[in-house]
Amino acid sequence: MSDVKKFMFVNRKAPYGTIYALESLEVVLITAAFDQDVSLMFTDDGVFQLKKGQQTKGIETKNFSPTYRALEGYDIEKLYVDRESLQERGLTEDDLLVDVKVLSRAEVGALMDEQDVILSF
Amino acid sequence: MLHIINRSPLADKALENCLNTATGGDILLIEDAVYAATKGNAFESRLRAAMGKFKINVLRPDLEARGMADRLVDGAKLVDYAGFVELAVANKTCQSWL
Amino acid sequence: MKFGIVVNEGPYQHQSSDSAYLFAKAAIEAGHEVWRVFFYHDGVNNASKLTEPPQDDRNIVNRWTKLAEEHKVDLVVCVAAALRRGIREENLATGFRISGLGQLVEAGTKSDRLVTFGD
Repeated sequence: MSDVKKFMFVNRKAPYGTIYALESLEVVLITAAFDQDVSLMFTDDGVFQLKKGQQTKGIETKNFSPTYRALEGYDIEKLYVDRESLQERGLTEDDLLVDVKVLSRAEVGALMDEQDVILSF
Repeated sequence: MLHIINRSPLADKALENCLNTATGGDILLIEDAVYAATKGNAFESRLRAAMGKFKINVLRPDLEARGMADRLVDGAKLVDYAGFVELAVANKTCQSWL
Repeated sequence: MKFGIVVNEGPYQHQSSDSAYLFAKAAIEAGHEVWRVFFYHDGVNNASKLTEPPQDDRNIVNRWTKLAEEHKVDLVVCVAAALRRGIREENLATGFRISGLGQLVEAGTKSDRLVTFGD
């Protein structure tokens, strides 16, 4: 595809309770495969998607959290987390299973302004 | 940017997060988010405080459907679907805070 | 102006299908083009021709079909999301087609504005 746009995926929902996080990740991978400029933003309950140590055997559901670690292999390296959302949930960067850039809300807002397409599910 | 919110601020943090995060521009309240712009609700003062930074638009059919048309807060603008389209045209990007 | 629309919720369960439809209609009435509506998550249920609402209710599925026929709107249902939820060629309503997520990316790259409706 010749036209490259800046796509940001804003994740505000926790995993497993609903399918949004998993199906959002599927779009992220395809968007990167189409050579678009992809970034992921995790805010509100969306930060729970990146929590280390997810064990899903007991709910008989696939643990898709390793996929976040595989994103680098698809050249998806822009992962951002809203600091306030982490703090509100008693989490720190050490609780997360991938390297992310932790941002203030002002920084998140400025980054959103740079995007061509913002998708949220 | 046009920020579209569809959840009541008393049930979901979308609107609060948007007000704290976005740099300004247009906000359109649709579906259950229209309750945010009604007089006397617990989020009213927060919304009013944001009116300098944001333009608050409320989708009229959704407000009317919910029986709240008579208690729109001052400073919020009612739009119909044609107005929704105009807002989308006027802003380069539309972000739905889902 | 060229609009793309994304619908993430099922009909009747959530207002997003109605909001998306009314937005599309208003955009067309204002002289804009709605070239594609992409149905994802439970939104794929908008494409089931087995849908049978009560007589006095709106028919959300037929409404989309009519919009596609009258205004050449490309109604695309995500294949992976559809298969998960039992939407297949056999029960696909007229005017819809099943395709991949690439169509959503394309809706993002080729639309002047992409508007998402969901929960």
